[in-house]
Amino acid sequence: MLKKLKRAALGAKVPHEKTTADQATVRMPLPSKIVLPMQQHIGAACTPVVKKGDTVQVGSLVGQAEGAVSAPIYSGVSGTVSGVERYTLMNGTRVPAVVIIPDGQQTQVEFTAPVVQSREDFIQAVRNSGLVGLGGAGFPTAAKLESAKNVNTLLVNAAECEPYLTSDTREILEHGDTICAGIQAVMKHMGISRCIIGVEDNKPACIQVLKQLATRCSNTSVKVLPSRYPQGAEKILVESLTGLEVPQGGLPADVGVVVMNVTTISVLGGYLQTGKPLMTKRVTVAGDLVQKPQNVEVIVGTPAIEVLQFCGLDTQQPVAKLLSGGPMMGVAMASLEAPVIKQTNGLLALSEKAANKPDMGPCIRCGRCIEACPMGLTPVSIAGAFNSKNTQLLKELRVDLCMVCGSCSYVCPAKRPVTQVMSLAKQFAQKEGQH
Amino acid sequence: MENRLIVTASPHMVDHSSTRKLMGNVVVALLPSVVASAWIFGLRALLLIGVTVAACVGFEYLYTRLMKKVNPVGDLSAVVTGLILALNFPVGLPLWIAIVGAFISIVVVKQLFGGIGYNFVNPALVGRMVLFTGFGARMTTWVYPAAAQSVFENLDAVASATPLQLADAQGNSLLSQYPVMDLLLGVHGGVMGETCAIAILLGFVWLVATGTIQVTIPVCYLGSYAVFSLVHSVVDGMNAQQMDFAAALTAGGALLVRQLLAGGLLFGAVFMATDYVTSPFTMKGKMVFGFGLGLLTFAIRDFANMAEGVSYAILFMNLLVPYINDLTRQVPLGAKKYKKGAA
Repeated sequence: MLKKLKRAALGAKVPHEKTTADQATVRMPLPSKIVLPMQQHIGAACTPVVKKGDTVQVGSLVGQAEGAVSAPIYSGVSGTVSGVERYTLMNGTRVPAVVIIPDGQQTQVEFTAPVVQSREDFIQAVRNSGLVGLGGAGFPTAAKLESAKNVNTLLVNAAECEPYLTSDTREILEHGDTICAGIQAVMKHMGISRCIIGVEDNKPACIQVLKQLATRCSNTSVKVLPSRYPQGAEKILVESLTGLEVPQGGLPADVGVVVMNVTTISVLGGYLQTGKPLMTKRVTVAGDLVQKPQNVEVIVGTPAIEVLQFCGLDTQQPVAKLLSGGPMMGVAMASLEAPVIKQTNGLLALSEKAANKPDMGPCIRCGRCIEACPMGLTPVSIAGAFNSKNTQLLKELRVDLCMVCGSCSYVCPAKRPVTQVMSLAKQFAQKEGQH
Repeated sequence: MENRLIVTASPHMVDHSSTRKLMGNVVVALLPSVVASAWIFGLRALLLIGVTVAACVGFEYLYTRLMKKVNPVGDLSAVVTGLILALNFPVGLPLWIAIVGAFISIVVVKQLFGGIGYNFVNPALVGRMVLFTGFGARMTTWVYPAAAQSVFENLDAVASATPLQLADAQGNSLLSQYPVMDLLLGVHGGVMGETCAIAILLGFVWLVATGTIQVTIPVCYLGSYAVFSLVHSVVDGMNAQQMDFAAALTAGGALLVRQLLAGGLLFGAVFMATDYVTSPFTMKGKMVFGFGLGLLTFAIRDFANMAEGVSYAILFMNLLVPYINDLTRQVPLGAKKYKKGAA
C-alpha cells in the first residue's frame, strides 16, 4: 500500500503466447549464406579482418573488436567470403557486413578451453567469446563485467517477460549444466558471494529445474516473480529481487549488483568448458504467418527469410511485419533478408491483420499510462511537456529514466503511441541538455 | 517485387481497451439509476433522459461537423454526459430546458475547450449548475414520488422538499428520523438519479469490477465527509444538547447514515468526481482530491446557506486538479532529487 503511494508501477498485463515453450529446440540446416554485420552489440563497430575470396572455418575471427565496449564476431560456417558489403542497421547506421557462402564441410578451427586464473584472465576470456547480453540489449558482456567493481550479488535474469519468446525457457530446460557452470565461474572470478535467479511464475517447469540447479551451486537461490511485463527489465528485476533501487543515471553495479541474462550465463559457462565462441543463437520463431512455431538454433548471420521458411512460413499471404525480438520491445525489420544477429531472440512474422494497430483518438487523461509505467514516470505529462518543448519540465519529470518498454502504449485506451512520444521526448531532452 | 514491410516503433501489440469500452462501462453503470428513476418517478423520466442524451449527442455531432473536426460520437462520451446531466434533473423539468443544459454541457464546457480530454471541469456538472442558476424554480420543483406517500404520510406539508432541504429548513433531528429504507430505494423528492442509493451502488460495483474507475476517490470522499460530519454532530450534540458522548455518537451515527444516502453525495462521488479528465492521475492525488471533496461538501452542507454542496465541491476541486497533479507526482524508481535550474 505504501509502495503504491510512491508509484503504482503496475506494468502491462500482456498475454503470454508461449506455446513454443514445450518443444525442444530444432537445429536449422546450413543456410545458403550468412551475413555478419560488424555491429551486433552496443558500442564500437568491429573491423572486418577478412576480405573477398578468403576462406574461413567454423570459429574463424571475422570482425575484430575495437575498444573496450565491443565484441568480436566469429564465423559459424566454413566457406568463402563473397564480399564485404555496406549494411544499414535499423537505427540508420551503416556498417560493413561480411557475407560468407558456406561450403557445407563445417570444418572447425581448433577450439581450446581458456585457462582462467584471475579476474583479468576471466574478463579476457569473456571478451574473446564474443558474448553480448543475449536478452536483447546486446551490451558486450566483458565490458559489463569489467565495470562491475565492488559487486556482491549476481542476479540471473530468467524472467523472459516478453510475449511469445521462449528461447530462455528452452535454454533453462536444455542446458542446466552450463548455466550452473556459468554462475559458478562468474561468482568465483568476480568475487561475488551470492546469486539470485529471478523467474516468472508462468514457467513452472523452469522453476523446478532452476530450484534443482540452485542446490548444486553454492549460495544460489531462486526467486519466483509475478508474471508482469516488464519484470525482466534490468532495474525492475534488481528491485524485485533485492529491493534496491538503481539510482537515476547509474548502473546496477552502483548498488552492488550485476545482472546477467540466463542464456548469456549459459553460453559463458559453455565457452569456458569448450572454448567455442558465440556462433549460433536460439531464436523463437512465431507469429500468425508461421505454421510451425518453434525454437530454432540458428547460425548467426542467417537471413531471417530462411529461418521463417524452415518454420513453414505461410506463403498464401505476404508478410506485413517482421519483428526481431518480442512484440513489446522488438524491432520491426525493413527487409526479410535481415540476418539473425547475436542478440536476436525471436523472429515474429505477422500478417497485415495482425500488424495493424487500431486508430488513435484523443487522450482522455485516464492516467492508465502512469499506473502502468514500471519506472513510475508520468507519460501523459511528459507528452504535454514534449509538445510545448519544455526541456526543464521534461527533466523534472525524469524522462531520461524511460526505457521504452512499451507498457504505456500497451495500456492506452485511446491507442496513442505513448511510448514513441516518450522516446522522442527523451532524445529531445538529451539533445537540449548538451547546449 | 520485394516484399515491403511495415516498420513502426515498438510496442507492436496493444491491449483491447478503448475509450468507447470505458465510456460504455459508465453507460452500463448508469442504467440501474435510469431504471430506478423510471420506477420511482414514472415514465416521463425515460422521456427526459432520452431527450437529454439525444441532445448531447446531437450537439456534439453538429458542433464537430461545423468545425470540420473528426466525428467523436462513437466514443460514447456524449452519451455519458447526457445520462449524467439528465439524472441531475427533476422529473418535471420542461424538455427545452434540458436541451439548453445539453448545449451548455457539450458545446460550451466540452467542445469549446477542445473536446474529450480537454474540458477542465465536468461538463454535466456545469450544465446542471447553469440550469440551477438560470431556472432555479423549475430545477427544484421536486415531484414527490407516489410510492413514498404511503410510507411517510404525516409529512405531506414538506412533500416537495428533498430530505436535505427538509433538514436545512427544520433541523437535523427530522432528517435523523427519515426511514433509511426510503433513502436506499430512493422513494423521496430529489433529482432523478440521486435518490436511489441502491442503484448508484450497483453502478459503483460495476465500475470497480470492470476496472473503469478506482475506489480511491469515492472512498476518500465519503470517508472524509463521514468523519467531519460525525465529529460535527457529536460536538454539536454534546455542547448544544447536553448529551453524553455515547448518546451523541449514536445520534450522530444515525444522522450520518442519512446524510450519506440523501442528496447528491453518492451520485456525485461515484459518477461525477471520478471523471477521468477532471480528477487527478495518481493514487496520492486521488486521495487528496477525495479528502478535499469531503471537506468542502461538509463545509457547504453544514455551514453554508445551501442544503446541498456536492456539485460546488466537485467544481471547486476540478479547478485544483492541475495543481494536485503537480504536487502529487509519483516517485520514479531510483530518481535523484531534482534541483530547479540545474542543467
